[in-house]
Amino acid sequence: MTRIIARLDVKNDWVIKGIHLEGLRKVGDPVELAQRYYSQGIHEIIFMDAVASLYDRNNLLHIIERACEQVFVPITIGGGIRKLEDVCDALAAGADKVAVNTGLVRNLDLVSQIATRYGSQCLIGSIEAKRKSEGVWEAYIDNGREPTGLDLLAWVRDLENAGIGEILVTSIDQEGTKRGFDLDLMDAVQSVTNRPVICSGGFGEEAHLHSLIESCGPSGVAIASGFHYELAHPSDLISRLHIPDAEIAA
Amino acid sequence: MMNVGVVDYGVGNLRSVSNALRHLNATPVISDDPDCLSACDSLIFPGVGAFSYGIEALKSKGLDQTLKSAANQKTPILGICLGMQLLLDRSYEFGEHAGLGIMQGKVEPFVTAADGPNLLRLPNVGWLPVTPTDADYQEYDWLFHGTSRDTHYYFVHSFHVNANNPDAIASSIYEQIPFAAVVAAGSVIGTQFHPEKSGPAGLQLLKNFLNWRPAT
Repeated sequence: MTRIIARLDVKNDWVIKGIHLEGLRKVGDPVELAQRYYSQGIHEIIFMDAVASLYDRNNLLHIIERACEQVFVPITIGGGIRKLEDVCDALAAGADKVAVNTGLVRNLDLVSQIATRYGSQCLIGSIEAKRKSEGVWEAYIDNGREPTGLDLLAWVRDLENAGIGEILVTSIDQEGTKRGFDLDLMDAVQSVTNRPVICSGGFGEEAHLHSLIESCGPSGVAIASGFHYELAHPSDLISRLHIPDAEIAA
Repeated sequence: MMNVGVVDYGVGNLRSVSNALRHLNATPVISDDPDCLSACDSLIFPGVGAFSYGIEALKSKGLDQTLKSAANQKTPILGICLGMQLLLDRSYEFGEHAGLGIMQGKVEPFVTAADGPNLLRLPNVGWLPVTPTDADYQEYDWLFHGTSRDTHYYFVHSFHVNANNPDAIASSIYEQIPFAAVVAAGSVIGTQFHPEKSGPAGLQLLKNFLNWRPAT
């Protein structure tokens, strides 16, 4: 019962896409893409502000406001969320959940602040993972630019203990390569936490999805390039997961 | 156009619900004022987060009485997620808390202490099918008109209502544990899932609710 999630990385009002979270290229209008994926039966949408950390704030609220007038599936907003008021603004704009990375690395107490006020279900711990050696990954921030020195699996446990609702793991090594998911990474994360895990980074073809599900059966899979470049369609992926579609919109 | 009151007690994302209502050509009236809500044609009672926080927030605004008298007057009420849970007698979410008691039943953890703390991956976040559990379902089958039997709906919750609850009319299953997906009694309906976030089928269900005229 894996959720198929479209991930839209946004810079200056454009959905962009790069490789290893770098070398960005425009691929479309975020609201139009969100509507397209919704009409194709997507389960969920994540909007990620790709340059938020440069300004220390999220610049997608106006996009979320428009998108959620048309798109009636869960919407997550990520990037630049640093304090409780940022979460309040995101939810007021129409987001159901926030995805936070840097904000939690800087201040893990933010987890309990958000969970106490809005419930843990609205908080996704976003983690960028870079492989260091066999079975060892480091957590990064700022779109894979800044190492934190944190061991990834230890960080996942810290997030769970702090009261996180879900975990989004993005493999920097695989991201944008279309070569498939980092199965070792995703399996390792799944096995150290009892929170739902969303896997991101590396989707290039449908077989990659099936390998991932077979390997660790995650709660969700976030796909960016794969949908933007039409390597796969949400409705096809979902129907072949044996999950009846959220009824393809007319 | 219908005036649909959206009960605002400071819990959760009211914008999703009101966007869905506008999409269905209804007029959402988001309010925490008992008089304003009492004047509406029907009420939607959303909510996410903690049960104890929710019930206290309701009481502090006098909205518990608003909901109880609306139910007595056969105003259609739709509780969603935490809203549904608050309609029931009580909850065992981090302690024991009395609910509104508009419907029978209790809210419980998915995992009890005796089962060990780490068996289930929680919260249950995802899309699940909903199946009728009870003869009473017939009375409310209009709610699902225009949707197919295998339709999945979006759930996100860590606590649940037993599928055998007297007012449960439909259930779902998470990790082999059946739980109530829809409860209904009189003019009051509760869904554990989020119809406003369940795509076209969820909107259809909301539309069916708006068109409903309960027997008085």
